[in-house]
Amino acid sequence: MAIRYYWPMVAAAVGFRLVLVLFGGDLHLASRPEVSTPLTSLRRLAEGYWLKQASMSPYSGSMYHGSPLLLSVLGPLTSNRSGSKHAHVYCSLIFVAVDFLAAMLIRSTGRRLQMSRNRSLKSLDLTKAVNNSANVSAGDIASLIYLWNPWAIVTCVGSCTSPIENLMVVIMVYGACSCLAPLAAFGYVMATHLSLYPAILIVPVILLLGYGPDAPPTKVFLVKSSSDSKSDMSEYDKRTSLKLQRFSWMTVLHFIFWLIIWSCYVLLLSSMILKKVGGLNEMFEKTYGFILTVKDLSPNIGVLWYFFAEVFDFFRSFFLIVFNMNILFMVLPLAIRLKHRPCFLAFVYTAIVAMLKSYPSAGDSALYLGLLGLFANELAEMQFTFFLFFGYIGVSLLSPVMHNLWIWRGTGNANFYFATGLAYTCLQTVLVVESVGSMIKHDRKLRLLVTS
Amino acid sequence: MQSRYWRTAPEPVHATPPFSSASLPSPALMAPPSPPPGTVLFMHLALLFLLAAAAAASAAALEEEFTEELLLRPLPDRKALAHFYFRSSAPPAASVGRHHHLFPKAISQLVKKYHISELELSFTQGRWNYEQWGGFDPMSTSNAKPPGVELWAVFDLPLSEIDATWKNLTHTLSGLFCASINFLESSTSFSAPRWGFKSNEGNLRYGALPREAVCTENLTPWLKLLPCRDKAGIASLLYRPSIYKGYYHSQKLKLRSSQSLGIILDQTLTVVLQPNTINGKQLHSSHRQLQPSWSMRHLFNRKLSGKCLVSKSSRIFIEVDKGIVDKINKSGSDLSWNNEFFVLSNGPDRLTKDLNNLEVQSSSIYEYDVSNCSEEKPFDVGITWKLPLIWSCTPSPFHVSRFLMGSGNERGSIALSFTSTNLHKKIFGSPNDCSIKAIIFQIVPWYVKVYYHSLEIFIDGNRKAVSDVVDKIHVTPSEDKLLPGTLEMLLRFPCSMRSATLALDFDKGFLHIDEYPPDANQGFDIPSALISFPEFNSARNFPETDPLLGSPLLENFQEDTVVKSYTEVLLVPLTTPDFSMPYNVITFTCTVLALYFGSLLNALRRRISEEETELKKTATRHGLLPLLLAKLRGQKVDPTESGSSSESTGSKKLLFKVVFVAAAAVLFHYFSNS
Repeated sequence: MAIRYYWPMVAAAVGFRLVLVLFGGDLHLASRPEVSTPLTSLRRLAEGYWLKQASMSPYSGSMYHGSPLLLSVLGPLTSNRSGSKHAHVYCSLIFVAVDFLAAMLIRSTGRRLQMSRNRSLKSLDLTKAVNNSANVSAGDIASLIYLWNPWAIVTCVGSCTSPIENLMVVIMVYGACSCLAPLAAFGYVMATHLSLYPAILIVPVILLLGYGPDAPPTKVFLVKSSSDSKSDMSEYDKRTSLKLQRFSWMTVLHFIFWLIIWSCYVLLLSSMILKKVGGLNEMFEKTYGFILTVKDLSPNIGVLWYFFAEVFDFFRSFFLIVFNMNILFMVLPLAIRLKHRPCFLAFVYTAIVAMLKSYPSAGDSALYLGLLGLFANELAEMQFTFFLFFGYIGVSLLSPVMHNLWIWRGTGNANFYFATGLAYTCLQTVLVVESVGSMIKHDRKLRLLVTS
Repeated sequence: MQSRYWRTAPEPVHATPPFSSASLPSPALMAPPSPPPGTVLFMHLALLFLLAAAAAASAAALEEEFTEELLLRPLPDRKALAHFYFRSSAPPAASVGRHHHLFPKAISQLVKKYHISELELSFTQGRWNYEQWGGFDPMSTSNAKPPGVELWAVFDLPLSEIDATWKNLTHTLSGLFCASINFLESSTSFSAPRWGFKSNEGNLRYGALPREAVCTENLTPWLKLLPCRDKAGIASLLYRPSIYKGYYHSQKLKLRSSQSLGIILDQTLTVVLQPNTINGKQLHSSHRQLQPSWSMRHLFNRKLSGKCLVSKSSRIFIEVDKGIVDKINKSGSDLSWNNEFFVLSNGPDRLTKDLNNLEVQSSSIYEYDVSNCSEEKPFDVGITWKLPLIWSCTPSPFHVSRFLMGSGNERGSIALSFTSTNLHKKIFGSPNDCSIKAIIFQIVPWYVKVYYHSLEIFIDGNRKAVSDVVDKIHVTPSEDKLLPGTLEMLLRFPCSMRSATLALDFDKGFLHIDEYPPDANQGFDIPSALISFPEFNSARNFPETDPLLGSPLLENFQEDTVVKSYTEVLLVPLTTPDFSMPYNVITFTCTVLALYFGSLLNALRRRISEEETELKKTATRHGLLPLLLAKLRGQKVDPTESGSSSESTGSKKLLFKVVFVAAAAVLFHYFSNS
């Protein structure tokens, strides 16, 4: 079931972004804490580029914490030209293109998922039973969600580099879904290079490359084949074809080979850019070190900034370890339980990272909400969707108000803003838990349908 | 105290013979290699004479010396400036060892220990008014200091040791002067400017504490360094209530040390006072514009009864500004101490005229020697105005002011504004294609995160490209909690320019709650910026100075110093977190994270099919609680019920577990307490 008016809506989304970029004037989005973090701010990138032009290390001082590659790609575009009212207009145009590309990749990822889903449903003879309830083109929905998500629009227009980080994650997922090991490796290396946290996505990527895109659990197929074999022995071929779906080591090795090549290439490029100034050590210290040690305590939509602004100094390292480990703790349990759905696993990891990362922004949320659309069919019976939807709206309206009260008017205090951050983290928790729960329920329903 | 100095006073005089006798061995050494034939006798005599002369000269230099001087000056805005100048000097360390007669031992130890070649420490309260009190004379260029404490030092050490030495130095000075100079120890508060402050090879360190309050507790240790303290001599005029009443108060200590010179310690105290008029009637008469007449006694509430006996010279100067001198010259009368406009209360011993570059007299200094006054005949000098006179001091080439722009606690910008005073037209004539150089030196603390790429320059309201105006720029960007940002910039302004504005954007940082000072909502101070104009020199030129009568104060006035001015201190309010919240924040955050972790793990762990079978099983069973309740009530549990045996074993297991845990807890408690 394709969506009507898909292309006009895509065109409208891109057009809306272009209108905001070209005619919106300076919306002062670049300094919003929701939009740009110390890692993704384009203003800081411009400062880093200026320092580099002045033959200093771009990392000297505590301004720039991004990648040297972005610096050499976007840097020249940020240099101040007199006469242009909106200095970063060229960068913003790039971000619009990047967003469009990401949406298209999400769409084709959705199509792959849809195809594999239809195939596995067909093999289970469940097409009718399941498709009666819902069968929409998930890729179209996901790409439209990504394009029309207000947070994605704000991120794109607000001059920060998160659209590029998001694109790299999407490239990785797309490459892994369509078994393009070099592309997946490129996306993985770049995403990790840009923001470190996508490193944990190596698990879903390897599963995707090994087992192929999402499918119902193998147990369902086993049950199906055993019940089939009881009734009809001529179905033997089908069973063997299902059994054939085992881990393909070759693709994974191919991926790892490309992973090494791309990482060497990225490191080589970075060291060439930073040859005379600083070097790779300084780069790691100022990017990854800055991410892991939460040095910047400026407010953002997460909770860690206030936590580390208030926590006693002698507990600081303990809590740093705890919070960083918290992301890693759930990697393995999720991978064990959802190994048959690696794409969904990638979504869950992205959502967890967006919730627990040290400098979260609306751009991270835009990414996982876009990916959420890919599972529109499976998660159709998710609970609390009404609550979540209005919770997100409420938080995104209240958070700027509280920020304004605290920072600009001086009438509120930091606790109000922190409270919206807490609420937002709770909402994300509910979203992650509910989506995981309903995905597990969906698998169980399939099994029940097969056995009955 | 005084008696000790009286006793030690003659010693330097007695100290001369040993040094002059030191010349004796050298001719003796010279003698053996050449037996004197008559022809070379004359040469030997000449040599001997030269050596003796050199020895005498060195003996003069090897004495420890102390001079005290005071300069008074009427200011155009009905105030008076008093500038105390004390110089103590010690000969090179090798010749005298560790003993000192006059020179403060604490300072010489400091210099030796930290290998200081130059040091300047100033405590200032109030702001020098460059518009009214002048910006182009030695007084404003070398004695106008930024509010609070400013310390800079040049070390004679390898570069790697300088930072550690600086830290020790700040602690020593903080102990010596009862001030919190030790706050300059942290690497976030000092910097190493390369050429913006004073050109150096990386061995200079500069730090400023704009909020340091200056008080008598800083003055007392400063006076302690003088041989007579404030018991005798010019320093006895320093009556605390009258000098702290002033508009501007700056006490400074400047050290110079080298192998050849020894150590020279200059202590200056500059105060701007509002004189109490001698006779109130005069003020209310028809001469409303008449400047207030004052004398030393009225300024300080103290009389000068004698010099500090160990001082080499003790002099008082009254300086009359160029503005007044021009007026007097115009009126045709001569510049004596009793002229058409004013009269000094007693005739000066000497009159020194300052000639500027164009040989035009710019100011004059009336000199008084106070060596002869005594307890019975106290010295007093004052100025009485006869006619109303309005004049102005020579300003610096640009009036510089600095201010903050923007509102809110997230970001803002610093702006530096230059307003031309058209001084260059008077000095250079008026060629329009010339340019004026200005050097900006500015330190910003790390929590003011300056975007240096956002530098914008407006000249006469029009935006100019940065490269058109900035000749040279050196930036040390600030590092969070580690380094302050330093900006050194050489600008070139066109002469025809009337005003210029420089603006830099910044983001305000967010601090950890421990990093806020106790009065967090007051805001944070950004130290003054220093603007210097390297093409303008404020040195005075005294043509007929007699070297024997040389006064350190006038020497200091003749030194080459570029014109510089300090800007205002800026107060940046920073956002504060809630200081009472740490426990709440920790518990809330941890709760939310635990909620996430627990519920996600629960969602993963759950196997609904198993739960359903469990539920079916338990539906057929009795729960443990009803069973216990039934037992307590004394009701008989139906023994025929299926599964009751397994239930009882289960409850026994549970009981055993509870008892075991309780016992373990008791044991742990017992052992941990014992």
